[in-house]
Amino acid sequence: MHLFAGLTFPPIGELVDWKHFLLPGFNKASLTIIIAGVIVLAVFISAGRKKALVPVGLQNVVEAAIDFVADGIIMETVGPDGLGFLPYLTTLFTFLLVCNLFEIIPFFQFPPMARMALPLVLAVITWVIYNAVGVKHHGPGKYIKGSTIPPGLPKALLPLVAFIEGLQLVIVKPFSLAVRLFANMLAGHLLLVTFALLTDALLFHNSLVFFKPLAVLPLAMDIGITAFEVLVAVLQAFIFTILTAVYIGQAMHIDH
Amino acid sequence: MINLLAATDVTIGSKEVLKGLSAVGAGIGYGAAAIGPGIGIGIVVGNAITAMARQPESAGVARTTMFLGIAFTEALALIGFVVFILLKFSS
Repeated sequence: MHLFAGLTFPPIGELVDWKHFLLPGFNKASLTIIIAGVIVLAVFISAGRKKALVPVGLQNVVEAAIDFVADGIIMETVGPDGLGFLPYLTTLFTFLLVCNLFEIIPFFQFPPMARMALPLVLAVITWVIYNAVGVKHHGPGKYIKGSTIPPGLPKALLPLVAFIEGLQLVIVKPFSLAVRLFANMLAGHLLLVTFALLTDALLFHNSLVFFKPLAVLPLAMDIGITAFEVLVAVLQAFIFTILTAVYIGQAMHIDH
Repeated sequence: MINLLAATDVTIGSKEVLKGLSAVGAGIGYGAAAIGPGIGIGIVVGNAITAMARQPESAGVARTTMFLGIAFTEALALIGFVVFILLKFSS
């Protein structure tokens, strides 16, 4: 009966709200975002300083990342005319990757994307970009008509389908983009916290000494989930980037 | 030994009932929201593996499309998770 007596799950505010320091509104998540931005900038600037024909070291890594975004993301989804978005998409991918990896780096151990504000801002930037691309390529009238009314639609279904597609264009796409990243990161964080709390309860708040070795089980699970979260961090950065590319491609080629 | 269950001096008012019911609703809601995406992701990945096994040379395209399909399917389960968090912790 006393096995889990010390186990109380803290309210969600204690897991995602951090104390403000230095400035009002400046907390651990903001600090993490700034550090991630500085890391990405420093890596790219120091890799681009020497423009060696045969890349070595850091330049090799950065060129591999750019090649991955160009060949693996843009050419597969938009095509050659989307290569103008290579700088934005590369920035997005590397920044998200570094931000998400802060989930498992000791002493930070909090993904800044687990607060809704940052994914929402990134999704709004994506929303502005793909709408601007559509308007620029087709003009506002043809863009709205082409992206809300699929060709060959029966007249009777027109209002319903146009309403759903319009809703998708305006709200559903950016909202689902932001929620996907936010919820994945928050779920991973909660999972890590849960098993860490289980370990703590079994090891330190357990009045039955006989059961203390059982703490190995949640600890092993926590280590396994940490490895899994590396996969999730890379995958979510990739998915956010490729969905941005897909939306830009859809706005660019609405006629097919 | 069973002193955990012996909390007798708790008064149960409408607030406690509301809290309990929202916890029950949150649990059932997330469980229900996970059914469809679970089946959907299974179908997506299964068919992608079939495609990769039939044509190993186009495995790259199939893998990219598979991740896209997973991302679209998974969105519903994640919205269910967000609703769970909102119901469980904000009421």
